[in-house]
Formats: sequence, structure tokens, C-alpha cells
Amino acid sequence: MSLLEVSDLRVSFPTADGVVKAVRGVSFSVDTGRTLGIVGESGSGKTVLTQTLLGLAPGGQVSGQALFDGTDLLSLRPEQLRKVRGAEIAVIFQDPLTSLHPLYRVGWQIREMIRSHDKSVSKSQAQERAVELLARVGIPQPRQRVNDYPHQFSGGMRQRVMIAMALSLSPKMIIADEPTTALDATVQAQILDLLLQLQQESDTALIMITHDLGVVADIADDVLVMYAGRAAEKASKHDIFYRPHHPYTKGLLESIPNSSAAGERLKPITGQPPSLINLPSGCAFHPRCTYVMDRCLTEEPSLVAVGDAGEHRSACWLPVAAAGTAAEAEEIRRRAVGAGRHDAAVKVAEEIASAPESEGSVI
Amino acid sequence: MSETLPSAPARAGLDGADDVLVRVDNLVKYFPVKGGGLVSRTVAHVQAVDGVSLTIGRGQTIGLVGETGCGKSTLARCIAGLIPVTSGTVTFEGQNITNLPRRRMQPYRREIQMIFQDPYGSLNPRRRVGSIIGDPFAVHKTATGSERKKAVQELMERVGLNPEHYNRYPAEFSGGQRQRIGVARALALKPKLIICDEPVSALDVSIQAQVLNLLADLQQDFGLSYLFIAHDLEVVRHVSNSVIVMYLGRVAEAGPRDPVYDAPRHPYTNALLSAAPAADPDAAAARQRIILSGDVPSPINPPAGCRFHPRCPKAQERCGQEVPPLEVKAGDPATHVTSCHFPVQEGEVLARAGRTAGRPQR
Repeated sequence: MSLLEVSDLRVSFPTADGVVKAVRGVSFSVDTGRTLGIVGESGSGKTVLTQTLLGLAPGGQVSGQALFDGTDLLSLRPEQLRKVRGAEIAVIFQDPLTSLHPLYRVGWQIREMIRSHDKSVSKSQAQERAVELLARVGIPQPRQRVNDYPHQFSGGMRQRVMIAMALSLSPKMIIADEPTTALDATVQAQILDLLLQLQQESDTALIMITHDLGVVADIADDVLVMYAGRAAEKASKHDIFYRPHHPYTKGLLESIPNSSAAGERLKPITGQPPSLINLPSGCAFHPRCTYVMDRCLTEEPSLVAVGDAGEHRSACWLPVAAAGTAAEAEEIRRRAVGAGRHDAAVKVAEEIASAPESEGSVI
Repeated sequence: MSETLPSAPARAGLDGADDVLVRVDNLVKYFPVKGGGLVSRTVAHVQAVDGVSLTIGRGQTIGLVGETGCGKSTLARCIAGLIPVTSGTVTFEGQNITNLPRRRMQPYRREIQMIFQDPYGSLNPRRRVGSIIGDPFAVHKTATGSERKKAVQELMERVGLNPEHYNRYPAEFSGGQRQRIGVARALALKPKLIICDEPVSALDVSIQAQVLNLLADLQQDFGLSYLFIAHDLEVVRHVSNSVIVMYLGRVAEAGPRDPVYDAPRHPYTNALLSAAPAADPDAAAARQRIILSGDVPSPINPPAGCRFHPRCPKAQERCGQEVPPLEVKAGDPATHVTSCHFPVQEGEVLARAGRTAGRPQR
């Protein structure tokens, strides 16, 4: 049994304009010592997904199950969840400046975190622990720095403080939500390195939410690709990058500027991500998909195994064998599309072909 | 500062540029730091740009990379004439346009336009898209009334927006579409140079590719030159003819794209390239990543000698004393210049035996 097992999680938010279906039936699991990368564009539901687990997305209508160490997180009362948060599952957010209180010294903030979960720890013990933690995340002169305010730290150092805070109660799982997006490349490398090193030392499970496929390629073991609130594809890192099945995954990989083709035209995914209030019929990706077939317009595909071990799963009507980027896979796709495409799908495909880059609809 | 004066060949972006559009010579921009107290005195200077020279050829794209605070945006704003420069010159088509008074600068403002990073912050939310894109016509009094509307709609069509959306507000558009609005506004007066300050950093990768393709098409159609600022090295590699790597206000390395990316000589360029995440798990696992220690120092009180020396894995005593000249290193093409006493040799491994080097596969 995995440390975290989420099954059929659904989250929607009623608004004046309609119901925003942010997460529409997502299942995944994370094991101790493993890293799950969750990738997707803005609005794909990746942040809502994890915030819901921790009760940080209030106002949502939630259904499904999220077993953490045998307890269903979604059924916990707020005060019970508060005990889990921080102590069992820690979160690191994107923006370290707004996640630290500007008026308190960082040492005070780490101390507070420790003492709010365990009252038996004295102030001086907690202070000592804060110094140790700052040293552990690589902050020089921790004994002096512990008395500094957040603004006295640089962006990378602030993110280290956030990590120190996340580690303070030795959680079993860390959720990192775009932890390096606001940082420069060289600092990002430092932080990713640190996260991995700490994870290996204490065998923590890590969920890394990011839009950057480079970060995923670097540190994830398994990858969940999200599109419009659903899992498009779920596989080991190598399958996602070298044998993608879902056209969305393939499109994401192809739209990254690549050193081997510098100066050539990029291959973007056409169009825009859909509005979560007014989702397209059938597969939510069909208005942007080059391989659209008739079936895609009416029926929503569910995640099915496309690899031998059953670990590689994709939510797409293309044949199972259409995984990969090689010519054979392309040929299988082409034949499947030829057989499955009639009136409506032909129209959608022509629209995509005739306007290779126009962003048709306004959200 | 005299020792930082680059010698004649030490100019970035000379790649086949006989047809020079913009020439920047030894540009310096210091911002005063005021002290507290009743009478505020200047107590220090932020040395944002400290002696940068470069050339932008007609129809060329110069990529400018570097970390936060390295002065790349300040340099761009100096070239665009948005802020006065402290010393040095900016020459546009042979005319010195450095610190021109407002009225005399006006004609050049048409020729040099900017696209900004934040497609949310750079468009006034209360104004309709048509009037935002039409602003340049109004300011420069080049088109009025129905003529202006027609011109705006043509521009919208050209950048891939629906001209019927002329009367909509920015909030009704997505991030990628807003960036297209910014591009249309920059194009309105048919400029010769567009300065793109992180134009795709705020966009998702699939949308980023759409905007990059649009910029490439426009360059071809209108013969535009771009000064392209970005922190994403792969994006810069994709769009640029030449690349300039800045560190703390100075040029660390510059030259044509391929030599700089394939055989970087400055340890900082090496570190940047090795730190950039590659969307390829095998490449990521095989890579020898150079982890720099510490952060970029303050530009108020930059390190003496080579500004990179406190973080440099190759630093020696000399690096803390002497400013390395920006010069061509042995074996490099004449347009590839590096400011380093101990340039990286081919095959040299800079990565320390750290954990990232050859991380075990799980």
C-alpha cells in the first residue's frame, strides 16, 4: 500500500458564471522515497488537486478519496487536518516572499511551526532546532541568520528557509508547488539538488508540481500529465519523455525549443486551454488535437494501460500501440485517424490545419 | 573604470553585421542610492550596467542572458532611451541618440519599440484593445479616425488576433493573446528594432511556442532586428544569431550562437548552461552539473577584479585583483569574446564531484 492513494478525486467551485470543474476524477499514488511530478499548463488543476488534499482550497465541492497512511484526508475535520499539515505533509510554495511573514524573524517562524505541533518543546530547544535546520539546508552562518527577517534573504535563500520549515517536523511527504519557478537557473539547480538530497536522507515522498518539463526530467520518478482537470497520461519518467502516448504530452514535448533544431520553426499546440466552466464535449483536448477522430467529439476517454507493465496509462482513443515518437508510432496514429475520422472530426482537423497558430476562441 | 574599457574587437554581436542598426559603446548606468536623514545625499551607486559595448545588425536577433539583477533590462531601457545613461553612447543608424532631449528623441521612439514580460501588467485593464494598439498612432499623430481603426485591425490580424475583438478589454484575452496585443502595439509604427524583455517567460510552453513562431515570422516579413532578453537559455538559443551573457553589469562572454553554446569559455556561461533544466531524462542524468555556491553579489558593492570570482570554481588570486579584459581567446572565432583570465578549455570538467554528477538512476 502506498503512502498516499488518491482515487477519483473531484473538485468543483460554484461561481456566478457557472460551476468551475477544476479537478475531474484524478487517481494517483505516491510511495515513500519516490517523487511524483505533476505537470500541466496554467488552469489544468494541478495546484487545486494538492491543495484540496490539505484542505487549503476552501469553497470547493469535493468528492473521492485520499488515503494517507490509511486515513482519508478528505474526511478529516479542519482541526484534525491541521495536525497532519506540517507534521505529516509539508508544503513548499512558489513564492517564498509571500509565504513568509515579513514582520517576524525567520527563527521565530520556524520555532512557531515546531511549537504549534508539539507544546512540550521549549523555546530554546526550538531555537536550537531552527539553527540546525538552517544549517542543514545550506544557509551560511545559521546562528546569526536565524535572527534575520525574510527581506534580508535573497530569493534562493528564502526558498531554503521555506524548505527548512517544511522539514522542521520530519514530514513523511513534501508537496512542492512550483518551488523553483521564481528562481534563476543556477539557484534553481541548487534548490532541486537540495530537495533531492534531503529526500534521499530521510526517505520522504515528494510531489513536485511544475509546468517545467525540464524540472520533471531532472528529479521525478513518475509523472502525471494533467489537462483540463483530468489525468491525460501517467507513467514513469522515461515513458513520458521517450514513449508519450497522449497527443497532449507529445505536443508539450514538441513545443519546447530544442537545441538540435535552433532557428527552425517550433511546433506549438494550437489554440488555448479550455475554460473549466464550459468544457468541450468528449475529450477536453479534442479542439486542439491534431489526431482528432469522430469518437473524440462525443466520448471522453478514460485512463487505460498502454504499456506492458500497466504502469503507463493514457486517456486517449488512439490505439495502444501508438506510443512513442518514432515513425512507426506516427504511422499507427495516421492510420487510426484515417479510419476514425468523418464529418465533424474532419471539420475540426481542417480548422486546426488551416489556422496553424491562430488562437481561435476567446476565453 | 578605465580598465574595463573593451578594446576595439571586444564587441558583442558583430556576427556578419556590416549593416549596423544599433551600436552601443561602453555604456554605463549607475543608479544613485540615497541615504536617510533630512537632506538626502547620494551614499552609493547601484552599478547596474558597467561598460557594455554591443552591435545589433539589421535583421538580426541578439540574445541577452543573465540572472536577475545582472543589468540586462537596464541595458535594454538605456538603448530604448527610456532612462538616461550615465556615460557611453548609443548610436542608431549612425546617429548618436544618447540622452537626446525629449523632442529630438521622438522620431527614434518610432524606430525602437519594446515588448514587455508581463502581459497582464503592461496593458491598461480599463481600455479597449483597439485603442491600446492604436495608441502609437495617436501619440505620433500618424493616423486618425477610420484610418486608424483599419490599421489597428490589420495589425490584429497580422499577429493572429480576431479583428472583430477590437472592442474587447484585455481581461477578455488569455495570456498568450495579451502578449500578441503587446506585439501588435510594438509593430504599429513599423519599427526597425524591437526590444523583447522576457516576452515569453510568463507563458505556458505550448503558448510560448506560438508567440516565438509569430516573432520569427514578423522578423522575416518586416526585416526587424530584435534584442531578445530572456533567462531561458534554450529559448535564447532558438531565436538568436548572437548571444551576450551578462554578469553583474558586465559582459562575461559574447559571440555567435553556436560557439557560445557549444564551446562556452567563461566559467559562468558553463555554469548557466549546465544548470538549465533539459527536458530529457537521460541527458539530465548524464549531465555534469556545475553547482555555483552562493548568490549574485550586490551591484552596489561588486567584488573587485572579476565580478564572478567569489562564485567561480576556477578562481585564483589574480581574479580578485585584475579585471579580465573582454577579448578573443585562442582558438575562438574573432567575434567570440570572453572576459576571463582562465578560460575553460575544451574537454575541461568544471563540475565538482558533487552528488548531481552521475546521480544513480532509480
